[in-house]
Amino acid sequence: MSTYIAAIDQGTTSSRCIVFDHGGAIVSVAQKEHRQIFPKPGWVEHDAEEIWANVLDVVHGALQKASLTVHDLAAVGITNQRETTLVWDKATGRPVHNAIVWQDTRTDQLVKELGEQNRFRDKCGLPLATYFSGPKVRWLLDHVDGLRDRGERGEVLFGTMDTWLIWKLTGRHVTDVTNASRTMLMNLETLDWDDELVDAIGVPRAMLPEIRSSAEVYGTATGTLEGVPVASALGDQQAALFGQTCYSPGEGKCTYGTGSFLLVNTGDKPVVSENGLLTTVGYKIGDQPAAYALEGAIAVTGALVQWFRDKMGLIGSAPEIETLARSVEDNGGAYFVPAFSGLFAPHWRSDARGVIAGLTGYIDKGHIARAVLEATAWQTREVVDAMNADSGVELTTLKVDGGMTANNLLMGFLSDVLDVPVVRPIVAETTCLGAAYAAGLAVGYWSDTETLRENWHKAAEWLPTMDARTRDKGYRKWKKAVERTVGWIDEDDNDE
Amino acid sequence: MPGPIQSIERAAAVLRLLASGARRMGVAELARALELPKPTVHGILRTLQLVGFVEQSPDSGKYQLGAALFHIGSSYLDGNELRTRALNWSDSLASRSMESVRIGTLHENQVLVVHHVFRPDNSRQVLEVGALLPAHASALGKVLLADDPVGLGLADDEPLKAYTAATITDLDRLGDALEQVRQRGWASDVEELVEGEVSLAAPIRDRRAVTVGAVGISGPVERLCDEHKQPRTDLVSYVREAARSISRELGAIPW
Repeated sequence: MSTYIAAIDQGTTSSRCIVFDHGGAIVSVAQKEHRQIFPKPGWVEHDAEEIWANVLDVVHGALQKASLTVHDLAAVGITNQRETTLVWDKATGRPVHNAIVWQDTRTDQLVKELGEQNRFRDKCGLPLATYFSGPKVRWLLDHVDGLRDRGERGEVLFGTMDTWLIWKLTGRHVTDVTNASRTMLMNLETLDWDDELVDAIGVPRAMLPEIRSSAEVYGTATGTLEGVPVASALGDQQAALFGQTCYSPGEGKCTYGTGSFLLVNTGDKPVVSENGLLTTVGYKIGDQPAAYALEGAIAVTGALVQWFRDKMGLIGSAPEIETLARSVEDNGGAYFVPAFSGLFAPHWRSDARGVIAGLTGYIDKGHIARAVLEATAWQTREVVDAMNADSGVELTTLKVDGGMTANNLLMGFLSDVLDVPVVRPIVAETTCLGAAYAAGLAVGYWSDTETLRENWHKAAEWLPTMDARTRDKGYRKWKKAVERTVGWIDEDDNDE
Repeated sequence: MPGPIQSIERAAAVLRLLASGARRMGVAELARALELPKPTVHGILRTLQLVGFVEQSPDSGKYQLGAALFHIGSSYLDGNELRTRALNWSDSLASRSMESVRIGTLHENQVLVVHHVFRPDNSRQVLEVGALLPAHASALGKVLLADDPVGLGLADDEPLKAYTAATITDLDRLGDALEQVRQRGWASDVEELVEGEVSLAAPIRDRRAVTVGAVGISGPVERLCDEHKQPRTDLVSYVREAARSISRELGAIPW
């Protein structure tokens, strides 16, 4: 009897493999970083062959560390950096170009040419942005010699990283609904490629993968994982939602990393946002109806702490910000809005730039450290407010994960400004756990989502202690600080 | 405001002199350099040796700076940093042992809780980060005292407080208990702080093998001990494995 589930997390900076047991506890971990390729400012690429080799290494490494063989695995699941785009030759399996990473902004001009920001929002739930895969494939078709003709003939294949890995593992050309929902090519209602979107963005149908559910056996692996069913695929943020067992409408989670992503399950109907959120597919288990989600993407959270460490040099390591922030009682009236590259959800103002507002002679570095941490909490508050307005469901508890959850001061403050309990689950690796859960469901390793809920355990909980007046005043000041960031960029700022 | 204390000034001069050269120095040599009588210098060295700030070579009888001084000067590890680095492994310890986990550092002869992971049963629990525990009556504290070159020596004259009938209140007995902790590499408190409660802990060490914290679990005696009231060996090994993993995370060489 196979007793474990392996999850492959193909991330932006590294690939990892984690093996889980039936209780959802980590048995072993292996990780390997890959190169970030920067051909020009604003361009970011990955070598897909290198990533594939690393994935095999970490799978092998994770099995070896726990003295396991492939026979001990009931299934393998996949989660991945979203939107990163690859085209490869169907016959040779060779990529025709490096993968274009989600952060890459080379499609800036193309996106402007495609039209007004909300042109496709009703169908795909997304605003036109460089972030998504569709424009990236189009760029490759326009810039790689003969690629369009080969695409029309179906000689080359498109895929996000899930598709690349499933193809390498099983030879099947498929993607899952969550990854497909980030292409701008999929219709949220039909969960299939949309003719109008595909034609407007200009991608040949013949090169698109088949869209499948997030939890089903796509095929059986050959090679290193010989005989193991490949049984799940989810974009990383959706996998974290699944790993946090947010299976009912209104349940959500926020993952705190370089940026932060709040996803809330909205049930079996897509909710089109009127407040600057993205509509996306949360997950789809086999033949069951898809669960949709609203997503609030915050560009700069952990990145602000890194900036404070590397550019200001006031702390030696990121966790030390808590020590510095605790050297004072409060923010002393200072607010820091990190609109380093404009404001994202819910404002979407590209002409904004960062400000520190409320400076007086009283302010010292401790107050600024507080303001840096509080910026993450206030930005979450804005996204939660947008979420409540769009979904009509009030968030009652915020489940959190990611590196910044180790910061007690921040988590306590977050609970204060949201006025709801903030809870951290015992397995911080929710992304891998979500992929493992979906794969385990697909092969019957776990019977249903209720069983998975039983595996979720609270590792820490922060309760609100702030009085309403203080909270309201703080939020009012934050909003005033945000007003002071917009309109900073002028027309001629981009001139040489 | 009183003026400078002469003996502290002299002790500082001795430390500076020992720090200035790469070699060890004898009493006569130090007395000459400081222009002080030999018995005075000898008295200062004896005291500094007692608190671990200088060490005497057993062969030559000469003096050098002691380990405790390095401990104070360079091994300070931010508690928030320790929590961040320990996060995955303390979670994993809670999952495996099904008990709550705490990480502590020594703070003015008490244990400061810098990290707390709830017992994974979803019962109502309160985050205890920032709480202080008595060092002599907790497993975390014993681990920290056992490896602290200054800790016991500087304990003030206040008697050790008894929390239960099992609390160690005698300094000599505590010394023996700490020696045992050093030898076996882990500590326990069996109903020494709270009736019916047991805690187990092991040291977290940095890359210079200096103990910078302790990690442990706590829970009811029925779950943590066997029928002879001895800590369960499987739980002890989970705690020690977690301590080793965190130490590796901090750059310690595996042992």
